[in-house]
Amino acid sequence: MAVLQLEDITQEFGGLRALDLVNLAVDEQQIFGIIGPNGAGKTTLFNIITGIYRPTGGKVIFKDHLLNNMSPWNVARIGIGRTFQNIRLFNKLSVLDNVRVGSHGVGKSGFWGCILGLPGERREEKAIIEQTEKLLELVGLYDKRWEYADNLAYGEQRRLEIARAMALKPSLLLLDEPAAGMNSTEKTELMDLIWKIRNDMHLTILLVEHDMNLVMNICEEIAVLDYGRKIADGSPEEIKNDERVIQSYLGAEA
Amino acid sequence: MDALLSQYIDPYYLRILMLIGINIILALGLNLITGVTGQLSMGHAGFMSLGAYTSAILSMQLGCPFFLSLLAGAAMAALFGFFIGIPTLRLEGDYLAMVTIGFAEIIRVFFLNFEPGGKAVGMSGIPQNTTFLLVWTLVIIVVVLNAKLLNSRLGRAFYAIRENEIAAEASGINTTRLKVLAFTAGSFLAGLGGGLYAHYMYFIRPQDFGFMKSIELLNMVVLGGMGSIPGTILGSVILTLLPEMLRVVAEYRLLFYGALLVILMIFRPNGLLGDVRVYDIKKKFARKKVGSWQSSN
Ligand SMILES: Nc1ncnc2c1ncn2[C@@H]1O[C@H](COP(=O)(O)OP(=O)(O)OP(=O)(O)O)[C@@H](O)[C@H]1O
Ligand SMILES: [Mg+2]
Repeated sequence: MAVLQLEDITQEFGGLRALDLVNLAVDEQQIFGIIGPNGAGKTTLFNIITGIYRPTGGKVIFKDHLLNNMSPWNVARIGIGRTFQNIRLFNKLSVLDNVRVGSHGVGKSGFWGCILGLPGERREEKAIIEQTEKLLELVGLYDKRWEYADNLAYGEQRRLEIARAMALKPSLLLLDEPAAGMNSTEKTELMDLIWKIRNDMHLTILLVEHDMNLVMNICEEIAVLDYGRKIADGSPEEIKNDERVIQSYLGAEA
Repeated sequence: MDALLSQYIDPYYLRILMLIGINIILALGLNLITGVTGQLSMGHAGFMSLGAYTSAILSMQLGCPFFLSLLAGAAMAALFGFFIGIPTLRLEGDYLAMVTIGFAEIIRVFFLNFEPGGKAVGMSGIPQNTTFLLVWTLVIIVVVLNAKLLNSRLGRAFYAIRENEIAAEASGINTTRLKVLAFTAGSFLAGLGGGLYAHYMYFIRPQDFGFMKSIELLNMVVLGGMGSIPGTILGSVILTLLPEMLRVVAEYRLLFYGALLVILMIFRPNGLLGDVRVYDIKKKFARKKVGSWQSSN
């Protein structure tokens, strides 16, 4: 069953049609890849799903929610976590605090609880610390937990973004070019990490990535965007052998 | 207590200590708004005047008990903070700064024409109920609650809004709501400080709460280190003491402030304590499993 469904999504910026009648159906616990040349509209698609843009036309449906007019923080609270292509960390907060902020959307403590340290708040804080430490171990940043986020290396920052998104306990995780700027060892580790997250935590992953090796290895289904249009959709094998895809995208890479 | 103190401490120094305490409360309020949450407010003195006038009128003209007047003054400032925050906190950076300046000016002009407040002459004969003990007890309470708040779910969200609003929203933070909360809480402290000030100074005038006072408070936060409680305290101490020391060259105070800020921007752009890494100290004590520890800054 599709957990995320995009129906005839269109996005216009002034005269530019960044997305043109795009349809997608992402199944539960699938790793779904979106590929395409620069400027194809991949990030725009993520921004529409997460409420940053309101689509000009079409529908975004997640479980039984219509996301079209939902604000980003609301989208996060119903279980959609994301990372950013141009890394957006809380630079002057520690690695630990970055992940702790990530759990905001599933937290409950209010003003009086926070200011007076009421029992419920303390219990929640303890649970958050435990979860945060687990996530930092998972992404291999536990030893760096006291560092400021902007002191981390590029690849570490990307993994921190994943840990922060996971703190939301999302059922759908959107990763926007998580391997960008990583070396090949890091990429292999990232691949393992994505697998592990999906298998252990049973979530659905939507992945935008330019690294074809990673995409073909890890994704169960792939959609190809070109100039805002979806030109193909299928298994990695089908995509590799699709004439239009080879012409417009893969050919250029080879 | 105060009588006892004045036997041992020169009243001049006692006065400075009182002003330091009041300024710490005021500046911690602004730190919450500007230092922690990153919303540049340049009208903090306007909220201070709301607290000062409200509490003074209540205790002088309506015979309200001091504590009630003080609380009502703070609540009045918080109420205005709340209703002004809702529309304006959608604005960003410079716009917010301008709107807060404008709002503080409106309040000042209002009090200039406000009959019960004595118009331009101001109010005098306010009972001097603000004691040394009260000010410093409140300072301690405010510091403790502030520290607790900043090391909590909401406090971390405030910092996150300052650091990156889009990422904060992607973490489920309702940024508009929390900005209004920070603004309301910060205004409450401004009103509280204003009430203490009025009941200490004996008399208040609209020009005590003008643009210069707002800038002075902002300087305390910036000098000490945006978002840092120890930094804000240090900034309040320094900037309360300096003018006293510079009394002889009073005309050049503004010049001096300006120069100070420029030097600060060059050598310590994050403020005196803003980039003191509390983490570096903490790391040394951190064991494998972390149980209790204090938050950032
Ligand atoms: N806010 C915006 N305003 C105007 N144009 C925009 C905006 N956001 C995206 N675009 C345009 O929409 C098109 C798609 O951009 P998008 O960032 O989605 O591409 P992408 O597929 O993510 O590319 P890349 O692989 O380089 O990340 C581009 O032409 C871009 O310039
Ligand atoms: Mg992109």
